[in-house]
Amino acid sequence: MTAIIAMIRKDLILYLNDKRALMLNLLMPIVLAAFFGSLFGGSGSGNNSKIEIGLVQQDSSVIGRKVGDSLKADANLSVKEMSQQEAQDKVRAGKLMVAVVIPSGFGDAAGQSLFQSGSKPELPVYYDPSQSTVLAMVKGLLTQHVMQGVTGEVMGGSATGAKFTDDSLKRLEASPASEDKEALVGLLGSLKKFQEREAAKPAKESSGGGGLSVPFTTKDEALSSGPKYNGYAHAFAGMGVQFILFMGIDVGIGILLARRMGIWNRLLAAPITMSQVLLSRALSGAMIAAGLMVAIFFAAMLMFKVEVTNVVGFALVVVAFALMTASFGLLIAAFGKTPEAARGLAVFATLILVMLGGAWVPTFVFPTWMQQLTVVVPTRWAVDGLDAMTWRGLGIDVALQTAGVQLAFAAVFGALAIWRFRVQAR
Amino acid sequence: MLSVSGLSKSYGERRAVDGVSFQVQRGQTVGLLGPNGAGKSTTVSMICGLIKPDAGSVTLDGETVTQGASAAKQRLGLVPQDLALYEELPAIENLKLFGALYGLKGVALNKRAEEVLALVGLSDRAKDKPSTFSGGMKRRLNIAAALLHDPQLLILDEPTVGVDPQSRNAIFDTLEALKAQGRSLIYTSHYMEEVERLADHIVIIDHGKVLADAPPAELYRRLPTQAALQVELADTDILPAELLVASLAGLPGVAGVRRDGVSLDISLHGATHAAPVLRWLDEQGHTLAHFATARTKLEDIFLSLTGRTLRD
Repeated sequence: MTAIIAMIRKDLILYLNDKRALMLNLLMPIVLAAFFGSLFGGSGSGNNSKIEIGLVQQDSSVIGRKVGDSLKADANLSVKEMSQQEAQDKVRAGKLMVAVVIPSGFGDAAGQSLFQSGSKPELPVYYDPSQSTVLAMVKGLLTQHVMQGVTGEVMGGSATGAKFTDDSLKRLEASPASEDKEALVGLLGSLKKFQEREAAKPAKESSGGGGLSVPFTTKDEALSSGPKYNGYAHAFAGMGVQFILFMGIDVGIGILLARRMGIWNRLLAAPITMSQVLLSRALSGAMIAAGLMVAIFFAAMLMFKVEVTNVVGFALVVVAFALMTASFGLLIAAFGKTPEAARGLAVFATLILVMLGGAWVPTFVFPTWMQQLTVVVPTRWAVDGLDAMTWRGLGIDVALQTAGVQLAFAAVFGALAIWRFRVQAR
Repeated sequence: MLSVSGLSKSYGERRAVDGVSFQVQRGQTVGLLGPNGAGKSTTVSMICGLIKPDAGSVTLDGETVTQGASAAKQRLGLVPQDLALYEELPAIENLKLFGALYGLKGVALNKRAEEVLALVGLSDRAKDKPSTFSGGMKRRLNIAAALLHDPQLLILDEPTVGVDPQSRNAIFDTLEALKAQGRSLIYTSHYMEEVERLADHIVIIDHGKVLADAPPAELYRRLPTQAALQVELADTDILPAELLVASLAGLPGVAGVRRDGVSLDISLHGATHAAPVLRWLDEQGHTLAHFATARTKLEDIFLSLTGRTLRD
């Protein structure tokens, strides 16, 4: 036991003396998590970011202006008016995701085409081809605002609306007789009476011509067992897992360097077993990993209000991840030939592990088949476990499950490493 | 004290060590010599319990040395050829670590670490990291790390590689002090003069087998030549070169002659034959620019047993 404690003590002193490694393993995840956390929605306290669009207002008709004003008033949009040339240039340069042109005559043409078939007026929409998702969102909002603007004007008591109704009636009367014609003439006649009544009312009693609107509103409720969603919680979990695994690589590389420098032989020349040497390295690596994760989350709690909702569960997940990291390091040492070659391969493997484990972006954005595949990736369980013990606020049962899977991975990695070391020692 | 008996080890088809046996008595210093790839390192690794032999055994005071937590290892100290130190760990912490591996702890460990630091002359650098040390200081610390647990047998694998003459001398002072304390040493080196200075028994290994196992004096007696005479001529035109070499080789007591320009390297059956050779050269009218006599060196024995063919 004296030997194991001495070897652990040595590893801790060496790690704490290596200020560069400490900075890399501690500061880098905090900086990157702060960045990714802000992308994932931050601490959830601020407004959602608006979509910035350009507006080319060429139509000065009442409807045209109404549509433009309605777009500007939309809480989801940040609208900047500009010339057509400027809009095209900005979209081409990637400085603007979408620009909408309301061309001259659009309002009149849209009002006329409300009750008749045939060609419809066009609304040119310029978009950055890399932002097709934003295009779909803007088109949805545009549909709502155009419908509201056009029908508001047509169904209100304004002169424009009355003129559209009269013109439509005249065109209908000139068309061949049919059942549809009679029904539509009746509808437009009723509309005309409604418009005349609205026009006769004093301005303050008029319904205001609200027009057709979306017949529902949504009531949004974010559901999790924990506190309010905090994007930083996931970001810190992901970046913590990534950089601590990098530290795990150093555990393995340290063993390979010790072998190259003859220190390994000096250790094994003492009356201790190889398993004791490996165990001490695994324990010191796990202690460092756990300490780093706790420090990283402590920073997250202080700076970004991340909440650990289940301390015992969090500790379980962290300890299991720390042991998995340490055994991952032993595996690298066992199968690595030279420190240089092993480092390159291990960094690549780690990046794949953290990418598939949802450390960069949450696994729920993955395709279904990939989500199923990542069940065999140990980092997935680490990130899920940390998410569960922070913003999801899940119980100890989830902690036990995610920690258990990680411990199983740790056992497999450790057993493979010891087997390989023993084969090499023969 | 140490008994190495029939050690063998193969790596695939290659037989690295083939039935090596020798003994080390208490207080004895054994020089273990061999060309590169002769099997020295594999033998040392098996003695220290780092590698499991295919056959044979190593016993220390009757106790078998094996891999793992063998109790016999407690009485062995290894000074590896590499500087097996943690460069960024202060010297005193390095020593405490290696002492703790042998069960030392607390006050006893601290006291012992200070003692061995003093022994190798590094007391004033106890808190410094080896990365700030010179090559010689690192070598001394490398030796100190093997002494913490006060081993009865110290195995030194080329402990003076890459050090300056001053450091080499300091290391030898330390080793001679250990020898004077009655400790046994196994010393491997390519520097023959070091082994000559320290060893009172020589084991020469080549191709995995023991070629010689005897005290130095006995090895010298086995050689056909016991002394050497080096002569540098001031002139070469008295006798043609081939005739000069042939004439010298025919003189009584001369075992062999090598010529390199104006220099002659003459092997003799004994130092008493040097004077007649010098007299003969004078009688032939040669003027000597320089001459020196020397006893046969360990290197001559080594080369006579292992040959002059390059091994690397």
